[in-house]
Amino acid sequence: MSAGANIQNGQHDDGETRRGFMQMLAGAFGAVGLGAFLVPAVNSLNPAKDTLALSTVEVDLSDVPVGGSKTVMWQGKPIFIRHRTAEEITEAEDVDVQTLTDKQTDESRVEKPEWLVVVGVCTHLGCIPQGQKTTDNHGEFGGWFCSCHGSQYDTSGRIRKGPAPKNLAVPPYKFVNDTTIKIG
Amino acid sequence: MGNHPREQFDNPVVEWVDSRLPIFTILNKEYGVFPTPKNFNYFWNFGAIAMFMLVTMIVTGIILAMHYTANVNLAFDSVERIMRDVNGGWLLRYIHMNGASFFFIAVYIHIFRGMYYGSYKRPRELLWILGMVIFLLMMATAFIGYVLPWGQMSYWGATVITNLFSAIPYVGEHIVTLMWGGFAVDNPTLTRFFALHYLLPFVIFAVVFLHIWALHVTGSNNPLGIDVKGPQDTIPFNPYYTMKDFFGLIVFVMIYCMFIFYMPDALGHSDNYIPANPLSTPAHIVPEWYFLPFYAMLRAITFNMNVYMLAGLALLAVVLVEFVWRHKPKYLNAPIGFLIFAAGGALALFGFLADMNQDWEIPMSAAEVAPVPAKLGGVLTMFGSIAMLFIMPWLDTHPIRSARFRPLYKATFLLLFVLFVALGYIGSQPADANVAGIPLSVFGLALTGYYFGFFLVILPLLSRFEKGRKLPLSIHEAVLAKKQQFQGVSA
Repeated sequence: MSAGANIQNGQHDDGETRRGFMQMLAGAFGAVGLGAFLVPAVNSLNPAKDTLALSTVEVDLSDVPVGGSKTVMWQGKPIFIRHRTAEEITEAEDVDVQTLTDKQTDESRVEKPEWLVVVGVCTHLGCIPQGQKTTDNHGEFGGWFCSCHGSQYDTSGRIRKGPAPKNLAVPPYKFVNDTTIKIG
Repeated sequence: MGNHPREQFDNPVVEWVDSRLPIFTILNKEYGVFPTPKNFNYFWNFGAIAMFMLVTMIVTGIILAMHYTANVNLAFDSVERIMRDVNGGWLLRYIHMNGASFFFIAVYIHIFRGMYYGSYKRPRELLWILGMVIFLLMMATAFIGYVLPWGQMSYWGATVITNLFSAIPYVGEHIVTLMWGGFAVDNPTLTRFFALHYLLPFVIFAVVFLHIWALHVTGSNNPLGIDVKGPQDTIPFNPYYTMKDFFGLIVFVMIYCMFIFYMPDALGHSDNYIPANPLSTPAHIVPEWYFLPFYAMLRAITFNMNVYMLAGLALLAVVLVEFVWRHKPKYLNAPIGFLIFAAGGALALFGFLADMNQDWEIPMSAAEVAPVPAKLGGVLTMFGSIAMLFIMPWLDTHPIRSARFRPLYKATFLLLFVLFVALGYIGSQPADANVAGIPLSVFGLALTGYYFGFFLVILPLLSRFEKGRKLPLSIHEAVLAKKQQFQGVSA
């Protein structure tokens, strides 16, 4: 190649050409543009504003007797609320935390010991465990039993036996007054 | 395409089109005179049958979509309206519903054929992989389609399967929320599943096109598994195999129609005629029959893989690569290899026992330090089982293709087939079922072990050590020999 052609192509001594640079620049702009589209495109599949708006719910607890339960919906998932008896509370508190799969004390899972509030979704593959009705199978530990794959939860909603890796989740909630909680 | 010398057609309209777009020339070349091995048996019908099923599903699906409403409050009722009020709606839905099952039947037989006669081997590896891509896309499409009627099985099947992805470390929960478009399976999930269920069949169609394209480059395999050596080994595709495919298709469709008209719900689950209820999980969730063996493998992993077990498995993998996969060990000699094998086996077993007995006081054996918890282990096993099929051409490098000439491959492969069916049975049973006091998941684990052992150990070993029977010199010769044998018997 003659020297003149090199100058016209803008070729430098290190072998880089003007055309090569332009191609890389165009490629980079294309990649950024595609990325700038992909982020909002994928993000549009995330929960929409109206879905997020349904994220708090107030629950009146005055009609739940000691030993009784209530199920409410929050973010499309059932929330198990149990008015625990004194025995159930002692049972939950007396467990040696070191023996648990997901080590959590009962204290860290409740606002008030007599009220247990958990998300009623099995942490294994998302089935709804049984145990909200007195006639249900409560499993060996007096809490909930998931019939899908046999996970068993105790009176604090902690996993005690079966394939589930974690305790039933505790949703964010607070007591608005003595008999009302706000979830979310 | 198009620049080759072209033969003229007699029909002036055909000729006018073909001289501008040689579509008739291509059709004639690929489906008319296309040279095809002359010794196909009926196993070779199922590609054409699968194609017929794909078209059936797309046609009935498009019409069903015109009557269906993708909304959680209306979906179930709109399907019931199709069944009761839409003219012939019941027929279209039953064709579509059972069509999914029969599409899978055709494809399973097609895959079985490919494995038995070694169709995945060189030079058809890419053809095989494209087929596996179709299989994966079919599974996704079938799963998503099952959600649309919004019955109890739809809803809870969707919940359980999407929750599988939460097993992915760190990002799993976000991925699941992204798939749902909410905090549970709900309306956003249904609408996007409907959009994808409409899209994916066309993607399948495109990959089928590539699959057939690749097939027409290498040409078909055949029951003898030997290459075509010349024109005496082949016959033109039309009329010979168009007729044979037609005959097989008619028999297949007769059985299909038996289900559509006389037992339309036999392959489904009655719980799906109960509207979805997010507050109540059916006592016994099962996937559709075509997913059952994979579901059994998912459920077979009931233990966490702690650091001991993973270290043991890693050592076993070293032995596998060095002594089974490599033709000659490169880094290790036999005694050291045996030591590593023994140590790896002992360590893995110890890790397993430590996980079974959580009260043992062993550092880092507890479930929460397990790098691979049971849930992730199950998911990896399930996807791994399909990954095995993808890499099969490189696990089985034996020069003989057809199982007819490989007695050991034939025996181990047919055993795999039987155990795969048995896994399907295990997958259909409740999680806590047991046989003679032994939990079914134990059998599930043993059969899963054979499944992976077949691919990772048996296939590479057979590739090296199986002698195989003597191959016929050509397809033509084998066909002639068989003919003479028959004439000898009848004379």
